[in-house]
Amino acid sequence: MQNYKGVAVFAEQVNGKISGVVYELLGKGKELAAVLETDVTAILLGSNIGSLAEKLAAYGADCVVVIDDPALGDYMTEPYARALTEAVNTYMPEVLLYGATAIGRDLAPRVSARVQTGLTADCTGLEIQPETNNLLMTRPAFGGNIMATIVCSEHRPQMATVRPGVMQKLAPEPGRVCVVEALAVDGLSAAQNVEILEVVDKIAARMDILDAKVLVSGGRGMGGPENFAMLEELAGVLGGTISASRASVDAGWQPKDRQVGQTGKTVRPNLYIACGISGAIQHLAGMEESEIIVAINKDASAPIFEVADFGLVGDALKIVPLLTRQIRERTAGQ
Amino acid sequence: MDFELSRQHQMSRRLFREFAEQEVKPLAQEIDETERFPSETVEKLQRYGFLGIPFPKEYGGQGCDSLTYALCVEEISRVCATTGVIISGHVSLGAEPIKTFGTEYQKEKFLAPLAGGKALGAFGLTEPGAGTDAAGQQTKAVKNGDHYILNGTKIFITNAGHADIYVIFAMTDKSKGTRGISAFIVEKDFPGFSIGKKELKMGIRGSSTCELIFDNCPVPAENLLGSEGKGFGIAMKTLDGGRIGIAAQALGIAQGAFDETVAYVKERKQFGKPISAFQNTQFQLADLKARIEATRLLVYQAARAKDTKANYAVESSMAKLYAAETAMAVTTKCVQLYGGYGYTRDYPVERMMRDAKITELYEGTSEVQRMVIAGAILK
Amino acid sequence: MLKIIVCIKQVPDTAEVKLDPVTGTLIREGVPSIINPDDKAGLEAALRLKDSCGAHVTALSMGPPQAELALREALAMGADQAVLVTDRAFGGADTWATSSTLAAAIRKLGYDLIITGRQAIDGDTAQVGPQIAEHLGIANISYAEELTLIGDAVVVKRQYENRYHVLRAKLPCLITALSELNEPRYMTPGGIFEAFEQELSVFARADLDISDANIGLKGSPTRVVRSFTKQPKGKGQAVTLDPQESAQWLLERLEEKHILSSGK
Repeated sequence: MQNYKGVAVFAEQVNGKISGVVYELLGKGKELAAVLETDVTAILLGSNIGSLAEKLAAYGADCVVVIDDPALGDYMTEPYARALTEAVNTYMPEVLLYGATAIGRDLAPRVSARVQTGLTADCTGLEIQPETNNLLMTRPAFGGNIMATIVCSEHRPQMATVRPGVMQKLAPEPGRVCVVEALAVDGLSAAQNVEILEVVDKIAARMDILDAKVLVSGGRGMGGPENFAMLEELAGVLGGTISASRASVDAGWQPKDRQVGQTGKTVRPNLYIACGISGAIQHLAGMEESEIIVAINKDASAPIFEVADFGLVGDALKIVPLLTRQIRERTAGQ
Repeated sequence: MDFELSRQHQMSRRLFREFAEQEVKPLAQEIDETERFPSETVEKLQRYGFLGIPFPKEYGGQGCDSLTYALCVEEISRVCATTGVIISGHVSLGAEPIKTFGTEYQKEKFLAPLAGGKALGAFGLTEPGAGTDAAGQQTKAVKNGDHYILNGTKIFITNAGHADIYVIFAMTDKSKGTRGISAFIVEKDFPGFSIGKKELKMGIRGSSTCELIFDNCPVPAENLLGSEGKGFGIAMKTLDGGRIGIAAQALGIAQGAFDETVAYVKERKQFGKPISAFQNTQFQLADLKARIEATRLLVYQAARAKDTKANYAVESSMAKLYAAETAMAVTTKCVQLYGGYGYTRDYPVERMMRDAKITELYEGTSEVQRMVIAGAILK
Repeated sequence: MLKIIVCIKQVPDTAEVKLDPVTGTLIREGVPSIINPDDKAGLEAALRLKDSCGAHVTALSMGPPQAELALREALAMGADQAVLVTDRAFGGADTWATSSTLAAAIRKLGYDLIITGRQAIDGDTAQVGPQIAEHLGIANISYAEELTLIGDAVVVKRQYENRYHVLRAKLPCLITALSELNEPRYMTPGGIFEAFEQELSVFARADLDISDANIGLKGSPTRVVRSFTKQPKGKGQAVTLDPQESAQWLLERLEEKHILSSGK
């Protein structure tokens, strides 16, 4: 076990673009590595992806291990699991982090079963336990109702998938130097046990709520889908987009990809404006890390006010249009 | 003596509740306001066997007991009494007499589609001059070769116009009074059979309640249910069972109004606190809860009695009487606890109160139930 | 005949879970148990394959004896067989030990196709499905939102965040189902009563060919060291003003925080 050293990050890329969560993992990885007095390695898998190493370096990778193979083009479980297992066995990191994405959550369990180590899903907190140097992995359970801290003390690497949007990435440092090593893995094309018949890259029509700096979010108190237009307008003047609570998604007022909360997405914008959202615990789990939270709700006892920096007790349907107008006037005057 | 539901019954209740919440509740207000028969719900009830619960598997039924059937009507009526009566009218009144009194031929031809979800059933006894006094039948059936010719009019017939198979009562021998009544199975497309005026009602407004008109309608002799002159007994026995369905419906209405009200009093604030914090509210809820649970025991006892006893008229009359009056009392109190909002259509309790009233009237008014019970006490 | 195994987990309905406002602990009493929604979609997918092309569907669950009810429900929906894997020796298992135990049960049963839900609503890990496939050494496709059987292979629409793949895998393989896959059917009343008459197979420790090192607490690399309820962020300022004043007040606060200028 003592032979395992260093913090590693699975550098997920799709179509040659690094997934945003990878930078967040590097940021967190740096912090963990500093405590462990070690460095951070990014493990990059794909086909013709060597040029991405620079970006990983800029965001904090000290070393990038590249497995560049035609069999690693579009994601497929088995070749990826085989390649990553090889990297784990070669570099023996003590910590290996993945984004809790549709890829990470498929790949990580496969690798954990193969290398016989533990895996903690969907973490929102990671720290090193001082006495033991074990990784303390904290994650929500029971629909966000409780948090559990988990350790993997007897097996290495300690593996975790990490919720996108939770960890902080570092400010990029262009031109930062790092070691790039290529690793060749045999038999990857023979490992392709699934056939890809079709690849459909849907283009999201609206800004992904995970990327938005400002979110104007609507709940049941908006009364109906037609009233989301005023939220769109407010989001427009603030340079953000709209999101929704589970109640308004379940009611069919907004599509599922707009949903914030335990069963939706975890967001941390600079400004989150909750309109007509009472603030069920499932919802709070997905937005309470936002920089500034504003709540507009008729019910002064709604739980959303417990987490709001600024609360307006009143009818969102009346306040939101006035807010939009006043912001417009202000920006026009500048 | 066991007052716990078996695991099978508990799981059945969960099934009915889930179905009610997901498939029935979303339509309840709309079908009440527009007085629309929920055909799409009936199609789903048929698909999942809810219309064949107490019928044998060999006739396409679910092979369950009367308690399971009562649980179904209760849970569905908890969110929508209209849908509850559609089930009860079909199962207890339309299909049950064919199961109990039908020939093998009649069971195969009529019970199988009714129990198997292929056909909807109805029951025609009431006439303008024959309500509580069922013996005053004016509809006549005259034998003509291998057919009977029906003439007359029935009123207040549940599921009319949507049902495929009707059990109809008519006089075959006026001189014999109640012993001159016979029962017939009539199919919707028989010549001379038509649907008349639709009633506009106070409650259960999504259910179809119409007149049936028989104008020289020929009914094959093989469709005679039981034998000539046995109709009155068939009708009374059928109503004994039907009252269990209505009792379950009333119980469901009471429970539904109660559940809505409990949620409301926790939210609604007056004088700076939820109204559930006031002792008046608490005591009223306590009384309602106790009364509903007492009703439940009577209803389940009647359902059990139907499967275990030859004569269960008193049990079903007691259940129906008490449940109907409970439904009326509970819904009225619930509207009161809501205050002015309870009188608006923004909340479902006003609908439940309107729906509750019918349970004191149909399949024997509360007065008829008292006559049945008193008759048994003093016989 | 095609042999399908569907793994189901009995979970508390987390939508019904509430916190005790005084102690901050979970109130589990009275919370109904349900079949995990993703697993139920997996079961429905299996039943549809059974309806369309014939299959023998086994519902498999690992858990305490009460998990029997989830299996009865699966039978009432139309599964042909139900197997409960239960033993004190399996207790305390994390996803690693759970998946190795289930894999041992699946090996014993024999299979062409295994369907699991993507994740359980009480744990949200999404790990057990792929880990079972790894223990069995077969291919897996996660996040299925459509599933068809063509010859000796499955064709699956595999969901990613904003895109999807259509994948084909030869049997045997394992699929993890999303609840978007379908709308599960209801049980039937008659099905419920039949389900309680059916024999339920129970696999205990001694029935499985598996090492003690791979089951229960001992076979679990991870351990929960602490669980706690989240501390809500401190309450800020709240005002009750007329709408015009409300908007004005908020704007001033946001300017103080430099949100309005920096947020763009």
